[in-house]
Amino acid sequence: MMILSGDPPRSRVLTLILVVIILALAATPFLFPGAKALNVAAKICVFAALVASYDLLLGYTGSVSFAHTMFYGIGSYAIAIALYAMGPNWGAVATGIVIGLPLAALLALAIGLFSLRVAAIFFAMITLAVASAFQVLASQLSWLTGGEDGRSFQLPELLRPGTVLISKNLVGFEINGRTLTYYLVFAVSALMILGLLRVVNSPFGRVLQAIRENRFRAEALGFRTVFHLTYANCLAALVAASAGILNALWLRYAGPDTSLSFSIMLDILLMVVIGGMGTIYGAIIGATIFILAQNYLQSLMGVASKAAAEAGLPLLPGLLHPDRWLLWLGLLFIASVYFFPTGVVGRLRSGGGDKSPSASH
Amino acid sequence: MTELAATDPLPKPKRDLAPILLPIALALVVIPLIGSTSSWLTLTAASLAMGMMIFIMASGLTLVFGLMDVLNFGHGAFIAVGAYVATLVLAPFAASMQADSLWMNLAVLAPAALLSMAVSGALGLVVERVLILPVYGQHLKQILMTTGGLIVAEQALYALWGPQIIPLPLPASLRGSFIIGDVAIAKYRVLATLIGLAVFIAIQLVLNRSKLGLLIRAGVENREMVEALGYRIRRLFLGVFMTGSALAGLGGVMWALYREQVHASMSDDLTVLIFIVVIIGGLGSIGGCFIGAILVAMVANYGGFLVPKLALVSNILLMVAILMWRPRGLYAVTSR
Repeated sequence: MMILSGDPPRSRVLTLILVVIILALAATPFLFPGAKALNVAAKICVFAALVASYDLLLGYTGSVSFAHTMFYGIGSYAIAIALYAMGPNWGAVATGIVIGLPLAALLALAIGLFSLRVAAIFFAMITLAVASAFQVLASQLSWLTGGEDGRSFQLPELLRPGTVLISKNLVGFEINGRTLTYYLVFAVSALMILGLLRVVNSPFGRVLQAIRENRFRAEALGFRTVFHLTYANCLAALVAASAGILNALWLRYAGPDTSLSFSIMLDILLMVVIGGMGTIYGAIIGATIFILAQNYLQSLMGVASKAAAEAGLPLLPGLLHPDRWLLWLGLLFIASVYFFPTGVVGRLRSGGGDKSPSASH
Repeated sequence: MTELAATDPLPKPKRDLAPILLPIALALVVIPLIGSTSSWLTLTAASLAMGMMIFIMASGLTLVFGLMDVLNFGHGAFIAVGAYVATLVLAPFAASMQADSLWMNLAVLAPAALLSMAVSGALGLVVERVLILPVYGQHLKQILMTTGGLIVAEQALYALWGPQIIPLPLPASLRGSFIIGDVAIAKYRVLATLIGLAVFIAIQLVLNRSKLGLLIRAGVENREMVEALGYRIRRLFLGVFMTGSALAGLGGVMWALYREQVHASMSDDLTVLIFIVVIIGGLGSIGGCFIGAILVAMVANYGGFLVPKLALVSNILLMVAILMWRPRGLYAVTSR
């Protein structure tokens, strides 16, 4: 209870699903050998934290930001550029963190002060504009960022796949630098999600929800709403930048496609809405569903597309083509905003799960 | 408040001229910086053409927001749909497009543009009914729904037309430039400017000289009051939404011809540009949208010529500067 900040999942099914996801993630290096499974698991960890930080903005304050990938990208690029320029040592990792995180927070502060004073819609438009400018900037300043190619770099000795920490014949499986990196990603992501859970259940988090429900009233009660919103924006940016750092460390690469593109922003939106806005747990569920779908649904669709093509059906092969998986997720997204705006988590909490006394929302 | 006698004419609203002078001043200021008059003229003509195209695309968005407080994040989809639909007509008639006769070219171009407008207008009807009506009045859900619509539309375009870039060459008679002295002005830009001006004048006439426009303007000012007077503002809104979508489709065709290619991702870049224009102009203001579009195009063209490095972020800088001056955009229409 303490570790969940008094905000348990409040549904048996949900608890079960979460436990299964977390256990599976924790045991991935041993249960599912192979690079692909580990990559998928690491991506789920990183995105769970990233989406949870976005949930702090979207679900708890009700402001739509389109600049979240920008902060994610700042984290990624900071660590990548530092490790690229200074060589694979821990000093470079520290430099990347020390430069990346404050930069993200400062930018979030500036955007917040500039545009959070006005309606949510204005904030959404301005973040979209700033994020797209940043994306262009990152791809144009190729002396720094490597342009469209991005930056590949070496990790410090300890985290390299070649570093064998415990050899295979000692415990039955090898624990190498790659495994260690995975657990680093896993642990830091888990810590950030627990931290966000703490934030949203603090008095500060309650004020954010009050602002979401009725900003005018919250202001009338004496809360400086701009301060609270900007603070939340900075916190979310910090977590997003940290997630970016983890992602870059895992991929040993930072580039526009993996850390800055607008499609990642849309992915985050899909994940948070499908998982459930304003729950934090929804981030874990949403990220898991989405990334599993991204990695495994596509091959399923490929089979279906081929079958449809062989059956001679018109149009269907194109619609079921593996590259069109986002079409179906987009439809799912619209349907979920419309039919169950509280997402999977809200659905599980309201029906099916146990009706433990829940805090009123 | 001054007392008015019943016979006095109503006081005219004050004309706010400062925003109109802004693009003119900008154009004059850069003359010495650019140095040569001929390149200045070429750049100015390019800015006007680009601005007009952006205006055509953005006008629907700003009206829809002003009238019903609905911001359509999927507006860019109509642009892409318009461009793709145009290829349906232009591709089979490629031969008459390449014939060197203005009338033959226009005989193909005009139906293509009209078909694009019809299809994107019809799509607007569907989007309004399916995506916007259910979440009416809820900003957050509107943004999410219309963004979802954008994803689906973009993917559907990929599914129907394939992911490759479709080339869309300009018709033969519109290629090349008018050369006056040592100034070269591309023919297509002249056409784009003319169409843009025509659209602007048409919108202004409808808004300011017709009963329909009166109702729309009244709806922007105070929606409940118009409803209380017995007008179905929902239907009015649907009409404006469809018109805006159709205009976006027209803009899409023009932009595709300008760039001579069609791609589903064109909607992403243009959405950002349109948003900046709408913010600069003041949400809901057609005049502001017009000036904003020209300003954005000018900054892009002049900036690209003078300081290419700065061109990347020039739009953002322009937006910041304008919002510092007038936090609600050039013309603040709504109190929202």
